[in-house]
Amino acid sequence: MWKKIYDWLDERLGLNEMYKGLLDRPEPRGNWWNTLGSASLFLFILQGVTGIFLTVYYTPSPDHAYDSISYIMNGVALGWLIRGIHHWGATLMVIVVFIHLLRVFVTASFKYPRELTWFIGVGLLLLTLGMGFTGYLLPWDQKAYWATTVGTQIAGTVPFIGDVVLKALRGGTDLSALTLQRFFAAHIWMLPAALAGLIGAHLYLIIRHGESSWPTKED
Amino acid sequence: MSEEMVSGAGGLSRRDFIKVTTGIVGGLIGAAIGLPAIAYLLDPAFKAGGKEGWIAIGKLADMQIGVPYPFSFTRVQVNGWERTSTTHGGYAIRNSDDPQDMIILNSRCTHLGCTVNWKDEAQAYVCPCHDAKFSKEGVVLGGPPPRPLDRYGEFRVDDDGVLEIFYKEA
Repeated sequence: MWKKIYDWLDERLGLNEMYKGLLDRPEPRGNWWNTLGSASLFLFILQGVTGIFLTVYYTPSPDHAYDSISYIMNGVALGWLIRGIHHWGATLMVIVVFIHLLRVFVTASFKYPRELTWFIGVGLLLLTLGMGFTGYLLPWDQKAYWATTVGTQIAGTVPFIGDVVLKALRGGTDLSALTLQRFFAAHIWMLPAALAGLIGAHLYLIIRHGESSWPTKED
Repeated sequence: MSEEMVSGAGGLSRRDFIKVTTGIVGGLIGAAIGLPAIAYLLDPAFKAGGKEGWIAIGKLADMQIGVPYPFSFTRVQVNGWERTSTTHGGYAIRNSDDPQDMIILNSRCTHLGCTVNWKDEAQAYVCPCHDAKFSKEGVVLGGPPPRPLDRYGEFRVDDDGVLEIFYKEA
């Protein structure tokens, strides 16, 4: 019976073709270094899922941010686990994305016809770092507050436009409720939306061009 | 090395082995996140609500028969990381030596919720807001209130002679 249901769906959705095109693609011989892109994608999804769960209890206001996180850690069943995964997943994602970039660089996989894949990948790395930067403020503890004070001050040292950049990041001259709110908006809406869109383009290009072979002695 | 050459003992090809392994590992990861997530999301539904309970209001020995004994207590409601405290008050009036023979009134005026006060000279509870008057037993004597003062119907005296009332959210 399952076969019948599957066939009915396949006829309409093209599941077999999708499977062949997406997952059964021919690949050159590779090794574990070739899996870092998939690992990055997995971590992105993991961060998305745990992040969505965290918003169930987290409140992005100076009055409640710290208390709501204390509550997640101590008051909610397995809240420590969900936040722990999000916390360590964030660090791991930056590391994995960066090693992925190194691998692509070392094997020269960024060359024709994959330049766009590389450009988009650089964008994805920057967005990932942006996620790290904005997410770091959200617990609204001393470490978060001062890290963001320093981080936005560094952005403020840019010649000519520094002052505007600093105020745009902080939502004013000081670190305030506005800063927390806009970092939260960036962290859960803008950056993830941009990441998801660029990941889509990145994957499309990978499927279109296939993966590059490892360079040989002649290369 | 084609995949047909590396079939295992059970006739499982290398591809199928990878598929099955991926499925199992994926399922385990999904369960490792999914099951805690269910507990995490439904947690508030399984927490005991602190809306009702027994509250000590005073020693029975301190309450003279026939004289309204004023008491007040504060309820703290904890919702997540928010604490809301509300103060309640009332009067206990013993009618006789029998510990069960008493009336316990809520001092919240039934008109608009101001707190009424016992006035000895008037022998009535007087509301400061609209001059409502209630008798010692809580019956409306004058003013706008639509009904007598509310009562704490459930009460008990513990082994140390302390009167306790059962508080329930209205």
